[in-house]
Amino acid sequence: MPRTLTQKIWDEHVVRSAEGEPDLLYCDLHLVHEVTSPQAFESLRLGGRRVRRPELTLATMDHNTPTRGGRAAADGIGRRQLDALEENCRWAGIRLYPMGSRHQGIVHVIGPELGLTQPGMVIVCGDSHTSTHGAFGSIAFGIGTSEVEHVLATQCLWQRRPGDLAVTVEGELPLGVTAKDLVLGLIHRTGIAGGQGRAVEYRGSTVRRLSMEGRMTLCNMSIEWGARVGMVAPDETTFAYLEGRPLAPRGTEWERALDHWRSLFTDEGAHFEAEIRLQASELEPFVTWGTNPGQSAPITGRVPEPADEGAERALRYMALRPGIALQDIAIDRVFIGSCTNARLEDLRAAAAVLRGRQIHPRVRAMVVPGSTQVRLQAEAEGLDRVFKAAGFEWREAGCSMCLGMNPDVLQPGERCASTSNRNFEGRQGAGGRTHLLSPPMAAAAAVAGHLVDVREFAPEAL
Amino acid sequence: MEAFRRVQGRLAPLDRGNVDTDQIIPKQFLKRIERSGFGPFLFYDWAKDPDFVLNRPEYRGAVILVAGPNFGCGSSREHAAWSIQDAGFRVVIAPSFGDIFHTNALKIGLLPVRLPEASVRRLMDLATEDPSLEATVDLETQTVVAAGIRQDFEIDSFARECLLNGWDDIALTLRHEEAIVAFEAARPSWLPSIPAAEPAS
Ligand code: SF4
Repeated sequence: MPRTLTQKIWDEHVVRSAEGEPDLLYCDLHLVHEVTSPQAFESLRLGGRRVRRPELTLATMDHNTPTRGGRAAADGIGRRQLDALEENCRWAGIRLYPMGSRHQGIVHVIGPELGLTQPGMVIVCGDSHTSTHGAFGSIAFGIGTSEVEHVLATQCLWQRRPGDLAVTVEGELPLGVTAKDLVLGLIHRTGIAGGQGRAVEYRGSTVRRLSMEGRMTLCNMSIEWGARVGMVAPDETTFAYLEGRPLAPRGTEWERALDHWRSLFTDEGAHFEAEIRLQASELEPFVTWGTNPGQSAPITGRVPEPADEGAERALRYMALRPGIALQDIAIDRVFIGSCTNARLEDLRAAAAVLRGRQIHPRVRAMVVPGSTQVRLQAEAEGLDRVFKAAGFEWREAGCSMCLGMNPDVLQPGERCASTSNRNFEGRQGAGGRTHLLSPPMAAAAAVAGHLVDVREFAPEAL
Repeated sequence: MEAFRRVQGRLAPLDRGNVDTDQIIPKQFLKRIERSGFGPFLFYDWAKDPDFVLNRPEYRGAVILVAGPNFGCGSSREHAAWSIQDAGFRVVIAPSFGDIFHTNALKIGLLPVRLPEASVRRLMDLATEDPSLEATVDLETQTVVAAGIRQDFEIDSFARECLLNGWDDIALTLRHEEAIVAFEAARPSWLPSIPAAEPAS
């Protein structure tokens, strides 16, 4: 029987299956951060249990961490979580990259850059954007704290196999249209529950042509249209990215792994519940106007008439009137960061727009690299100087203003152009208003002081 | 986990769709390292409005939350389910749920019940007209009964068993220790392994 990519990987990870029960699935990698893990460790200890496979677990500090001023800048309760993580990792024998470590960073950025995220794996983390790792052709999904505890104790999870959904994108992305615009365009079309509970495989020539960074951006936002898993079949781009990374296989192990990875694709004739087809040539840079990632429009568009009560409430929250051109929306803040768009390629694309330009005097803008490694590489290339010369703040790695659990927050009423993944009410700070967009679009908005079409604003940078 | 069989009580109608976990419990309350005490921060920003449904005295003590489609979409924070449970709710009824929220709720014994949109609408209207109306949610018979109307609901049979018995699913898994050990022995050797201490480079 022809099988989908998901099914192949799934089948390889079933520890036990029985009629009427979910499968018991083995997890190759468990990523841990400070926010969703303390109660899991606590409960594990109370139950007199231990961590079964600490060497299949990696921890980092990202959500809570201040992006300047070091650990001392974390507030009291926030610091308690950082302390708890350190204590828990010591107790369990789990490697931790704390603040100050050269490998610290957002959990979904460091896994890939260490070569830890590999094709064909099952990867879990107490974080909904775990789908990012699907870019390598692995089944990766977010779990809650009870499941975190379950994985710590057993390295397994009870799971029912999700239905398969194909997203096929063909053709070349037009100039100025990025992976971020592709996924925003997709969610615009399907709605935020369009992929609910499904395993999505992104396919087609457009996806094949994306870099690993672009594929990560795409898979990252799978959860924003409700999908459980989002993945891209591994290929030469994947292997080239992985080869030589610190935790990737070496020598004969690399050869054996490669042989296996080359078998990880959806067989001809395998069954998908549904297929969504997009033409890359029809896409434009997208910007959100509302309070969920599906409430968006091409930058050349206008704020639409609200179609329902939810959209009305969103416009009220965002203080926007229907009919105004998106490009007329003035902004106060710009945030370039998050596990969606804070890898080296993203920073390069934003810096290209900023070269020789200054940000608008009203705008406060910051760049927060996705990891310490990204920061160091960017500094080695001189990108930090480009950002700083343009008037951006250059920060230490972390989640920062993606969710504002740290000192980086929007003030009530502030309007922000952000490369992150969620524009929910208050996500970046209570009362803050978020417009999601790509890194070059964010950089252009910082200079213009309002949302703007980067294709006209800085054509030379694309 | 505490066993769940049957709950009878009043309904609180939260007539909104796509309620995300950032609304259920905003991030500033995720810094606690305890599992309890989240109830007072449930819907923190919306609750600043004195007219917000959960602020109204007639819905105080409700045990069944009725909401619009895609309830609990967004982040994986189990804190969302904890805060709803901590505020006294035992059941959430909606036409559909965010995937991770749904799992989290089941794991802690907060029963997520999917009903067709029209049935949810009717419950919402009933609870709005008569806040003292009581409903019964029975997991054994998989029914919701309110104002004499009976609705069947579907639920994963395994999750239902676990809830009805209050099983600890870690203990359940550890019964398959042999299968896990056998699986581990056969894992390919190229898969990554991360020793606690970083090798000196
Ligand atoms: S960057 Fe944002 S979305 Fe990504 S893990 Fe951090 S908080 Fe979550």
